[in-house]
Amino acid sequence: MTTTTAPATETTYAAYARPLWQRLLLNRTTAMVALLVVAYVYAYNQVPFFSGKLTLYFLLMDMAPILLMALPMTLVIVTGEIDLSVASTLGLSAVVTGLLIHDHGFSLPAAALVALVVGVLAGLLNGVLVAYVGLPSLAVTIGTLALYRGIAVGLIGTKAISGMPAHWKDLVNRHIGTSSYPLVVIPIVVLAALFALLLHLTPFGRGVYEIGLNAEAAHFSGVDVRRTKLVLYVLSGVVSAFAGVFYLLRFDSANTDTGTGLELQVIAAVLLGGVSIFGGRGDLIGVLAGVLLIGVLSSALRLQQTGSDVIEIVIGVLLVLSVISTQLLDRVRSVRGRLRRTTRSAPAPEVGDGSRKVMS
Amino acid sequence: MKWNSPRFAAAAAVALSASLVLAGCGSGSSSTAGDGSSTGGGGGDTTVTFIPKNLGNPYFDTSDKGGETAVKEFGGTYAQVGPQTATPDGQVPFINTAAQQGIKAIVISADDASAPCDALKQAMSAGTKVVTFDSDTSADCRNVFVNQATADGIAKVEVDMIAKQIGDSGEIAILSASANATNQNAWIALMKKDLAANHPNIKLDGVVYGNDDDQTSFDKTSALLQQYPNLKGIISPTTVGIAAAARYLSKSQYKGKVALTGLGTPDQMRSFVKDGTVQEFALWNPEDLGYLAAYAAQALVDGTISGPGDSFKAGKLGNYTVGGDGSILLGKPFVFDKSNIDQFHF
Amino acid sequence: MSTTELLVEPSRVSPVQRAVVGAFRSREFAIAAVLVLVVAAATFKSSSFVFSHDGWRDLLLSPSLLLLVAIGEMVVIVTRNVDLSVGSTLGLSAYLTGRLFTDHPGIPILLVFVIGLVFGALLGCINGLLVTVFQVPALVITLGTMYAFRGALVHWAGSKQIYASNLPDSFQNLGTEQILTIPVLTIVGLAVLVLVGYYLWNARGGRELYAIGSDPEAAGLYGLPVARRVFGAFVVCGALAGLAGVVQDARYSTATSSTGQGLELQAVAAVVIGGVAIFGGSGSVYGAAIGAFLLITINAALPILGIPEFWQNAVVGVLILGSICLDRFLAQRRTHRLIESRDDA
Repeated sequence: MTTTTAPATETTYAAYARPLWQRLLLNRTTAMVALLVVAYVYAYNQVPFFSGKLTLYFLLMDMAPILLMALPMTLVIVTGEIDLSVASTLGLSAVVTGLLIHDHGFSLPAAALVALVVGVLAGLLNGVLVAYVGLPSLAVTIGTLALYRGIAVGLIGTKAISGMPAHWKDLVNRHIGTSSYPLVVIPIVVLAALFALLLHLTPFGRGVYEIGLNAEAAHFSGVDVRRTKLVLYVLSGVVSAFAGVFYLLRFDSANTDTGTGLELQVIAAVLLGGVSIFGGRGDLIGVLAGVLLIGVLSSALRLQQTGSDVIEIVIGVLLVLSVISTQLLDRVRSVRGRLRRTTRSAPAPEVGDGSRKVMS
Repeated sequence: MKWNSPRFAAAAAVALSASLVLAGCGSGSSSTAGDGSSTGGGGGDTTVTFIPKNLGNPYFDTSDKGGETAVKEFGGTYAQVGPQTATPDGQVPFINTAAQQGIKAIVISADDASAPCDALKQAMSAGTKVVTFDSDTSADCRNVFVNQATADGIAKVEVDMIAKQIGDSGEIAILSASANATNQNAWIALMKKDLAANHPNIKLDGVVYGNDDDQTSFDKTSALLQQYPNLKGIISPTTVGIAAAARYLSKSQYKGKVALTGLGTPDQMRSFVKDGTVQEFALWNPEDLGYLAAYAAQALVDGTISGPGDSFKAGKLGNYTVGGDGSILLGKPFVFDKSNIDQFHF
Repeated sequence: MSTTELLVEPSRVSPVQRAVVGAFRSREFAIAAVLVLVVAAATFKSSSFVFSHDGWRDLLLSPSLLLLVAIGEMVVIVTRNVDLSVGSTLGLSAYLTGRLFTDHPGIPILLVFVIGLVFGALLGCINGLLVTVFQVPALVITLGTMYAFRGALVHWAGSKQIYASNLPDSFQNLGTEQILTIPVLTIVGLAVLVLVGYYLWNARGGRELYAIGSDPEAAGLYGLPVARRVFGAFVVCGALAGLAGVVQDARYSTATSSTGQGLELQAVAAVVIGGVAIFGGSGSVYGAAIGAFLLITINAALPILGIPEFWQNAVVGVLILGSICLDRFLAQRRTHRLIESRDDA
């Protein structure tokens, strides 16, 4: 063929489908944050005693273990896995720390260090079974949920652990200066910042998203899928262990029931915060907003003398609605996109003029 | 969709930082306004909140009803809140809420001796009086403890009953509540001492924990009978446990062969006493216990009592004095059997 | 035509021999063997575990509740979904049963069983609709409905309870009645097991559930009514949980607002131990049933074997992990063998 084809009409496509401010503000995360603000402002003005000095303090103290555990749980769920054993790790860590101090005279920093090592081991077992042996994470973490809880129960028996060193207990319960914020907010903020950095600004974090979207493709583009998952489970174990030490010091007690049921609250909060259970989508700000939203709702409803039953119904319905709404929105968007496509003729774009070829 | 609107989202994002920072940093005006409204709402009315070990427990339904009667008598406001299951930290959010609401007095049966302590101390420093009843916390996180009977008396009456029923020799086991329950653990320790000192021919095979959950207690009874084929008696110092154990025994081949006693309520145990599964058991009147606790709370709030040695009048029950360790004694345990069980309805 | 070589030759062994050998090699047999071992060990230590009136009765009776729930859960798991709301459904049904007897004395017992079944099926409909219409993963939906149903139960029941005095004696006696020494409640469970097992193995609908679990997209492309089958699976699961609620009242004679809490994880554990893949597509309901029996019996046997009651949870955890590791090992070995036979051909 010697003749070149006639140049097609040039069509430049924008780099992104939507302008920057739309991309930043019109997404699930902003919706969660907006919902949180609306709920807080409404409660502040309408619910009696909510504006008191202690409300924010109690809210943050109650939500602290869930906030902590939600951080690594977000990353785990983004890769498409799940970790149901976090609450049992929390309980085991609280029991181990308590026993070491109570029966063997360890100091708190030493006992806490041992507990963190226990957390690492717990996460390692999960990670090896899920990432290297290839077992489904739902089944594995149900097993480790029972196993770690069982080890905690076996270690503690009928002992009632209490009498933790007063200095450390006070530290955990102290406010920051005279404000309403408890001291535990500082490690939470630091950890949240670290996890956000890890997830959004490092190649490791990019890898996490890619694994969630398509593990095989991620593997072939150079992400070490198995090691990433292992690291995430170890992080989950360590942070849960840290939350366990906090729990022990806050309540000055560790027993067979410590932390039971928290894992489902953490997962509900993470899902509420916009992380897709399929993996590959979601971010930390949304999750933090989701956890705080649950805290605000529980606190406000309790102050209105609403029983825990209604609070549970509200959280359950909220969770279902939030996930349904995401699906509906996705479908609306795809239908709209399809409509737009069929009404526009699309000639092939020329290469090499700096604009991006966008699949419409 | 409203939240999809860009204007709303932008405004909300700004409002977020503003309101959270303002609220959190405890700026003077807003928080004192909040505090002011709470004390204003309380007024001269004594608000009393009962926090049982868990809701849905008939023993506490009865005791809290007694409390409600007392609160109505002295013209206060009554409320009852609590967790669904008797976990050590389950009561803390409710204590916190009561403190936030400026409740004048909390009457609580503690799930654990130390877990609610911090929350109770915070409540006390906010001006709330704390009365424990039925199950105590450590002494520094409550004002007074209303005790149904001395721990010694409760332990002794149960050991005496089982010894009488098995002929003072044989193997027995104990079906308790939760492994960390303060009151049950105290009684069990005293029972062991009493057995060692006064009943050398009775051997305690073991203690199992039903967690004050009906099904668990039912299943644990079955397990006990399997595990110790020579078992002659079971003591259950908790009303949920003894009711579940009686129900299991009444349909089992061991009915009448294994003695069962402990602390139970007449209504729950009536059919089992009548059909011979249980010969006798003990309790006190939980309604009176709640009634006394509510009056003790009122006495604390209006300053009638503040520590050991003070006395107060508890409505129709008469005068009571606060003992040395801050505890107030209701009376002695009462033994129920076939002859008198129909006279009581709780 | 006669010279075509087949990749795998037809078996030269008789069908009967094949069936017997297949049964021995099956996953279900391994689990059953473990169960028999546990019972044997416990009986050796204390002969009244099996050879006493109460022991034999309780051995068969205690698992009957989890049996029903595990069968329902298995049907859902086979389709690559999961139902975490079974515990709350059971609680609601148990309380409803008690209220029916209290508010309508003289109501026929059979009618109560039917009402419990239908009520559970209705709750299962809610789950099924949400999963199929909105195509949200079942894990999330049933997590939400678990909370919502539990909250509804607590709201309805408050601190009221159902006591033995509310229930008619004839109903309570069902809890311990036996026919030819097999407890009536266990017979109910076994009847359901046989029905569901037959349906899953022989009926087209049942086979399609396996196909949907193996590969939902392929099943859809193939023309199977995926949404209808999955909806049906959730309805069956809910119905069986509702039935289990009535059985719960018959056995324990009490229902409170916390009845059934934590049952969902036990049900999933029983199904997993029984050899059903958590991603669906394989496993049999008989395996799930044996898993349920094993779970409950181990809890009863461990104290007799001298393992302090406090270590029982840990044993159950090890059991679950061991089962899934074993399944994985067996599946890999099967794959290798198939690859080898393909390469050898």
